[in-house]
Formats: sequence, structure tokens, C-alpha cells
Amino acid sequence: MSLLEIKNLHVKVDNHEILKGIELTVNAGEVHSIMGPNGSGKSTLAQVLARREAYDVTEGQIIYNGKDLLEMKAEDAACEGVFLAFQYPVEIPGIGNAYFMRSALNAIRKYHGLDEMDAMDFLPLFKEKLKLLEMDEKLLNRSVNEGFSGGEKKRNEILQMALLEPKLAVLDETDSGLDIDALRIVAKGVNTLRSPERAMIVVTHYQRLLNYIVPDFVHVLVNGRIVRSGGPELALELEETGYAVPA
Amino acid sequence: MSTNLDTIRDLAQQEYKWGFITDIEEERIPKGLSEDVIRLISTKKQEPEFMLEWRLKAYRHWAALEKAEAEPKWANVHYPAIDYQNIVYYSAPKQKVKLESLDQLDPEILRTYEKLGIPLQEQKMLAGVAVDAVFDSVSVATTFKGKLAELGIIFCSFSEAVRNHPELVKKYLGSVVPYTDNFFAALNAAVFSDGSFVYVPKGVRCPMELSTYFRINAAETGQFERTLIVADEGASVSYLEGCTAPIRDENQLHAAVVELVALDNAQIKYSTVQNWYPGDKQGKGGIYNFVTKRGKCAGVNSKISWTQVETGSAITWKYPSCILQGDNSVGEFYSVALTNNYQQADTGTKMIHIGENTRSTIVSKGISAGHGQNTYRGQVKILKGAQGARNYTQCDSLLIGDKCGAHTFPYIEVRNSSARMEHEASTSKIGEDQMFYLRQRGLKAEDAVSMIVNGFCKRVFRELPMEFAVEAQKLLSVSLEGSVG
Repeated sequence: MSLLEIKNLHVKVDNHEILKGIELTVNAGEVHSIMGPNGSGKSTLAQVLARREAYDVTEGQIIYNGKDLLEMKAEDAACEGVFLAFQYPVEIPGIGNAYFMRSALNAIRKYHGLDEMDAMDFLPLFKEKLKLLEMDEKLLNRSVNEGFSGGEKKRNEILQMALLEPKLAVLDETDSGLDIDALRIVAKGVNTLRSPERAMIVVTHYQRLLNYIVPDFVHVLVNGRIVRSGGPELALELEETGYAVPA
Repeated sequence: MSTNLDTIRDLAQQEYKWGFITDIEEERIPKGLSEDVIRLISTKKQEPEFMLEWRLKAYRHWAALEKAEAEPKWANVHYPAIDYQNIVYYSAPKQKVKLESLDQLDPEILRTYEKLGIPLQEQKMLAGVAVDAVFDSVSVATTFKGKLAELGIIFCSFSEAVRNHPELVKKYLGSVVPYTDNFFAALNAAVFSDGSFVYVPKGVRCPMELSTYFRINAAETGQFERTLIVADEGASVSYLEGCTAPIRDENQLHAAVVELVALDNAQIKYSTVQNWYPGDKQGKGGIYNFVTKRGKCAGVNSKISWTQVETGSAITWKYPSCILQGDNSVGEFYSVALTNNYQQADTGTKMIHIGENTRSTIVSKGISAGHGQNTYRGQVKILKGAQGARNYTQCDSLLIGDKCGAHTFPYIEVRNSSARMEHEASTSKIGEDQMFYLRQRGLKAEDAVSMIVNGFCKRVFRELPMEFAVEAQKLLSVSLEGSVG
């Protein structure tokens, strides 16, 4: 059974059809890249997978881990192992980063009937992951994303992913706004998390990221439809030819 | 998970049932207010002559105001006219019916206690369950009182102070909030029931937080409470008022007065958590809380700090203020005010700078949910002689949903050009993007709101004594239940 099966997915935003029949199958252990020009529907797909309510699914089906994903609320999907690394991570003033992540981890643990983790147990785990992302320990108690640089915000997303250990990670334009060093660190973090139990969907506009995170499959999304699929070589080809739909 | 949410929502929709407060031993006087009623109150409380005289003067002043229809109307709150002749102004100290165990208590109240994390023994005290001897609050309180007495600290009910320390009461009563101050202060002065009295002598630092908790069974206060705290030269004291457990009172009108006096080098920290019954989902019932709270930094280098977390009452009208008279004195005001359903709050502070190099800080956090209306009203006044005065004001509003309102009325009056004033204000809405971000990480909607609100209030919670801060956070969460759809 596949981890994720998207069938004929149609999605409207403000009565405007953005996704027009997406078909996509992702197995555990695979890394898929979704590429496409601006406005093609890449981010919409990412948000629908994370169950953002503003998106109106008019047709189609998403089966995740044998369950109907479209029946789940955002928090339920999260607890079932769907993780979205945001393109624009949100600031939560007054809430310490470590406290926030421990709350998230405990919400998920609670969902699975596990004991909550106290601060003493959490701290070493948190510090270990900080190291992986080459992040400063001062980020421990700073408010969530508040006053973070663009690169720090993106790293903070991957840090959360490393802590929450999702089954399906969706990375929405994680490379945007990153300089080459930050990109390398983020990619290292992501690559460490690749595992046979975990699938990733890497949404990106540029081929650049895929030099660091080499996908198993590349899909080209244009105007709400996947128009081509292939291996990593497809990304390189796109770099040459652009996103023009072949005749 | 979703059933959990539903349960919480069902709970939030339920009405409070507070059938457990019943009068036994009822001793009341007829409704209405007159000089005879004032005399009767004073007699029943066995007060000395000076107290009666003061009450009568206050009453005459109030009666003139009432005749002139001078009840203040400027606050941004709306309520039907109050018939002051339809209120009972004195009833003998009431006793709650003793329950055998907590099992006899309304399960919903019990759940609220549990959600707030109130210790079992305290729950019993609040609910009026007979407490066994080991945990007898009275004996605990007595132990503390002994310790306080050794240091010369007086901590007792206002009535006791009037009887046992008339010279102190005479000296300071009305010295900060005279009965002529405002309509409700005049009413309170005429009919006040009871309250707390604290005197900390010269050079003494009170070694513990003084809390009304120690007097829970000592006196039924409530409706027209009056509190007076005096810190003599070099003294310091921290006082906690209220508790997070919801308090229901059959008296709708509450008009309390609190006066603080800090002499040279003295410090007073006054923390409040107010959770009076806010009325039902439709806004029916609920307490009208019209409070006058003011502190006077009478001496040099003195400091008065107000911290309040206001979540209860149908209507709140309250401006804990500081008169900064002594040179180098400091006034602080930290406030969280939350209005949900149909609650209305018009609250803020006044900082009156009289002395040189006086400093004040105002941090106000208003949260509006449901149909709640939340108003910040603050006055900063720098008088001519207040050379080098400084004020910092930060005033933030947070909106939850689209049917509530936030309003801000800052008044700034500066008569000395050396003054430095800073004012920051913001209004924000709990964003769908913030909610989605937290929910995407696995947090339930209710928990996400709590987290955002607690983050918003962090600056104020930091000022509360540790235990109180934890309770206040939980209180906000409970008060916000049902505010997200």
C-alpha cells in the first residue's frame, strides 16, 4: 500500500480552480519533487495536504496511510504524521521556541497514547537537533520565529521536522530566501531525515535545491496539472528548457 | 480528539449552576439607602463615632450626586440604569451551607476547579466543604498571623482595624480616595461592608505574600469591599487579591475601593486576579464591577506596582492608579483584561507625576473574544513640578473573532518640558495563519488560542508571583473556552 495516493484532486480557492485533477502516488522511503512556475498550484497542493481549511476540495480523493486525509482536521493530520515546512513560517510572540516544540511533540505523543515528555527529557533531544541544524542555543528561548532571519526561520522549520519525525514531510519552497551556506545546512538536515519509513514531497521553484536534496521522482506542475514526471534528470532538463509545456 | 473538543465546547455552552450558596442565619435590613440605613450599618458593625460621621458625610455627598444624576456615564460600557433604592445594603455575615464532601458539589464547578489546578484542600474551602482539622485553614492562618504579629505587621479585616487600630484608620482612610472622589467611591464610603487592612511598620519587609486566601472564611466581603494598605518608611509588602476560582455573588453591583499608601522608601506590590461571575452566554446576569483603586507614593523613592488579570464580571470599570508625589517615586501598572461573550471592560490606569524624577510604566494587554468589548483608558499627567518625569506606555489589543471590539483612549497631559514620554500601541487579530501553524504542529484549536493569548500576555504574567502566574494562565484558557468555532 502506498503512503499517499492523490486521485483526481480538484481544489478551488475563492471560487477559482487552482488544482485541476492531480494524480500522485508516493511510497514510504521516496522523495518526490514538485516543480513548476509561479501560480501553478504547488503551494496550494502543499496546504491541502496539511489540511488548511481555506481550500475547497471540489473533487477527488487523498488516501494517506490507508485513511481519508480529507476527513482530517489540520491537527489530526499533524498527529497522524503529516508535516508541512512552511514557506513563510509564522511568528508567535511571547512563546519560547523550546516550549512551543515540546508542546507540539507532546500533543502528538498524547494522540498516540504516549506519556508527555517533561522539560528535562526534552532539552537534550532539542539540543541534539539544534546541533544538526547548526543553530545557536540562544534560539531555545527566543519567541517562535520572532526576530529570526529568513534563513533561521527555514532552519527552524527543519528543526521541528527533525523533532516531530513525521511520516510524510512536505517542504514548501524551503530553499527560497536561503543563501548557499544555509541551503547546505538545511539540505543536510533534510537528508539526515531520509529513511525507508518516511516520504518527502519537496516543492520548489528552482532546480538549485535538488543538487543538495536529490529526489527519486520529479513532477512538473503547470496550471493545476502534473504535466510530466520523471527521475532527477528531469530537473536538470527543466533548468535548460524552462517550464514550457512540451507540445 | 474531536470528541474532546466537542466536550469542551459543550461545557462552555453550559450555564453556571451555583445552587450551593444558600443563606442560613439571614439578617437583612430593608432595601434602599438613607441616613437611617447608614446609622444602622454602623451600629451593627459596632463602629466608633468617627466612622459613622465619615459614612454620613459620604452618604450626603453621594445622595447629592445621585440627585444631580451624576453617576459617571463617560465609560465605554452600557447597562440598564441601576435603581439604588432597590438594593439591600447590609446583610449579616453569611455562612455557606457546609457540604459533607466535594461529591455534593456541582460537577461543573468541580471541573472548573480541576482545570484551574486548584489544590483539593483549597477546593474544599472554596466550596464550603467542612475541612478536616489537619488542614484547617484557620489554624494555618493563625500560624501566619502570629509570625506577622512578631514583626509588628497588622493584617486583619477592615472592621477589626476600625475597632482595634482606629488611629491608623483615621489617619489614612480616604487619604488617597476621598469619599468625594467619584460617585461609586462615595457610595462605597457610605455603605462599605468589609475588606482588608494592612499596616507594615517602619523598615519591615513583609516576609510572605499577603493573600485574602488566608481570610476566606474570616469575613464575607464582596459587594462594597474596602481595603487599605499602608507601608511605612522603608517597609515593603506584596498583596494578592482574589483567586482564579469563579466567584458567584447574588449582588449584581460591586463598588470596591482600595487605597495604598507608601511612605519614604516603601514598596507595595498589589496583584489581582478577578474572576467574578461574567453572566451567561447571552450576557444575562453577571457582576457590575465598579472599582476605585489608587495608590499614593507619598514618600521619596517609594514604589507602587499594580498587576491585574481581569477575566470576570459582566462590566468592569476600574483604573488602578498611582499618585507619584514623592521625588524619585515609581508607579507601575501591568494589566491583562479579557472579555468574552457579552462582557464589557473599561479599564486602565492613571499616573499622576507630581514629584521630581518620578517614573511610571504602563503595560496593558486587552483581549476581546465573542461579543466582548474591551476598552483601555489611561491618563498620564505630568505636573509642573515633576522635573525629569518619565513614562513608558505599551498598550496592545488582541481580537479573537469578528464580533468583538477593542478601544483605546490614552490621555496625556504634560506641563513640564523635561518630561520624557513613550507610547506604543498595537491592535492585532489572532490570525488564521498563526492558528494553522500551531494546528499543523498537532495542537488542538483551543490549545492554539491559549498559546497565542498566553504569549501575548507574557509581559504581564512575568510580574505576577510565580504560583499566581501559573493559575492566571490556566484561567485565561478556561475563560476563552468556546471562543473558537
